[in-house]
Amino acid sequence: MKRYNIRIAGVGGQGVVTSAHILGNAMSAAGKYASLVPFFGSEKRMAPVEAYVRASDQPIYEVGEVVYPNVIMIYHPQVITHGKSYTMPFYTGLKPNGMVIINTDVDIIPEEDKQVLEELNAKIFMIPATQIARDIAGTELATNMAMIGLFFGITKLVSLEHIEKALVERFLGGTFVASGGTTALDSAIEKKFKKKQELLSKNMDVIKYTIKLAEENKWVEEEEEKVAT
Amino acid sequence: MPEQKVVEPEELLLKAPREKKFITGSQAFAEAVKRANVDIAIAYPITPQSETMHLVGDLYAQGYVKDYYRAEEEYGTMSAIAGAVRGGARAFSATSGPGLLRGLEAIVSWPGHRIPVVLGVMTRVVNAPLSIQPDNVEIAYLLHSGLVVLHAENQQDVFDFTLAGFPISEKVDVYLPVVVATEGFFVTHAKGYVELPPEDMKLPPRDPYKAPVPPTDCEIPPARIQRDAPVQKSNFMSYLIHAVWQQEVWSANRRAMKWIYHYLGGPIEVVNPDAEVFIVASGCAAAQGREAQRYAELEGLPVGLIKVKALRPFPEKEIREALKNAKAVIVPEHNIVGWLAKEVKAAIPNGGIVVDGPRVYGGMTLPVELIMDEVYKALGIKKEKTLA
Repeated sequence: MKRYNIRIAGVGGQGVVTSAHILGNAMSAAGKYASLVPFFGSEKRMAPVEAYVRASDQPIYEVGEVVYPNVIMIYHPQVITHGKSYTMPFYTGLKPNGMVIINTDVDIIPEEDKQVLEELNAKIFMIPATQIARDIAGTELATNMAMIGLFFGITKLVSLEHIEKALVERFLGGTFVASGGTTALDSAIEKKFKKKQELLSKNMDVIKYTIKLAEENKWVEEEEEKVAT
Repeated sequence: MPEQKVVEPEELLLKAPREKKFITGSQAFAEAVKRANVDIAIAYPITPQSETMHLVGDLYAQGYVKDYYRAEEEYGTMSAIAGAVRGGARAFSATSGPGLLRGLEAIVSWPGHRIPVVLGVMTRVVNAPLSIQPDNVEIAYLLHSGLVVLHAENQQDVFDFTLAGFPISEKVDVYLPVVVATEGFFVTHAKGYVELPPEDMKLPPRDPYKAPVPPTDCEIPPARIQRDAPVQKSNFMSYLIHAVWQQEVWSANRRAMKWIYHYLGGPIEVVNPDAEVFIVASGCAAAQGREAQRYAELEGLPVGLIKVKALRPFPEKEIREALKNAKAVIVPEHNIVGWLAKEVKAAIPNGGIVVDGPRVYGGMTLPVELIMDEVYKALGIKKEKTLA
């Protein structure tokens, strides 16, 4: 049984909850299993937001926040530098042999934290996701796509078509219920891109780029080193 | 909306082909209401329930529900539900935590008035301090009023329990409200796989003439207690009427058990019945318990799970039988008072084997690792670092 217990930490407006839905839906499209829990509360720009996803090739029963993750994704450097997360320090609860993916332009992990992560045998991946989103999609709002792409690039849990299916479901499907803030944001993005289709392809471009980034950096997990329970 | 054809509850719940969907718990409630031939839904918003009644409002707009409105507050909602049901309608409402407590006086009068209805309860802490998280202490308030109380572990349970709730509540030998409780957010706002029967099928409409008392009879409860209030007069008759009526309500509550077997396969589910150590849990704690049981099995440990689906009627006999050879019983809960642990202790002759916990409160997550710690303790296994 392979199980990824993911904690995503970011700030309001980055699409943390949206990307949790896309992660889950991509797993579902691939015929695998996922469950996700958005953590609501302070829904406003730049306030801490967390979401949790469990992904596996086996059914998943447990619910609620992931307290002991084996994957931590940090969408905004301020989660670390300003302590904008529900759990301090940012790696609280990380299990041994896990991974941490951080969106940052520079190395922002304090020395003493590096030591703890080393003892836990954690793999750390840092990418400038916001910069990539700006360069490729022309908007910071695709930061979450860069992060998702890297995660799937490293784990190879699903194929590109499954991710695309999840994106279509999220941006073109009519079944999604989101908070008012997210809906308002969506319409802002839509105006910006004029057409959802264009939004979709730009998002896919960002995802393809970070999947390739994982391959070029040789970050792709070997079959035997995949995170076990 | 598609043209819906009426099918028997057995067909819809037990035989119809099912298709797998990946949906939230709120959507699962709505999918059940969609197929339940509901006449009226009355809403009053409170987090984390609001999304459910919003989706039921969408069903009204689409034509699945005949009438829908937002009441003044929960007391008004639950009183109006009673009125609608007494008028012969099939009704649905839902609430959470403080909202449930505000409507409680009306809700606990439903069993005595013999109101068959389904109420969704999405747990939320009972104040104070104010919070929206899914502590489930409010379920304790529901256990002693004669209500039938089902506790859903996941989105699939939400759908099945809600849809089955209508025929169970309307059986002439039951005729009591059915509460379908589940944890807010963990289930309502999270997605899971749900097997759904076709949406072009619906339950037969409610038949108000299949009531335990003829609707025209004004001399016996519940009609009589609507006509006047004999219990408010201090006379021997009033004590007697109230006393026998309570007995009747609780007898009806016990009679719901056979329908829980019929529609839901029984009040408990047992995994690994020959185990030495059992995790007994309901709702989301059962989901965490199920995960712990699986990890224990992977480690070759003799651990089983008893999931309690029905809290009222309480499956005392079934739990006693399932635990007759148990050496230890772990009862994980999402509340500080441990209402389930108390019931389990009382149900077995050797209550001392019940471990009080693990418990989390304030609506926080119950990590599987906490349950595993108790498993190791019960089996005398020393782990240097169990949370790895």
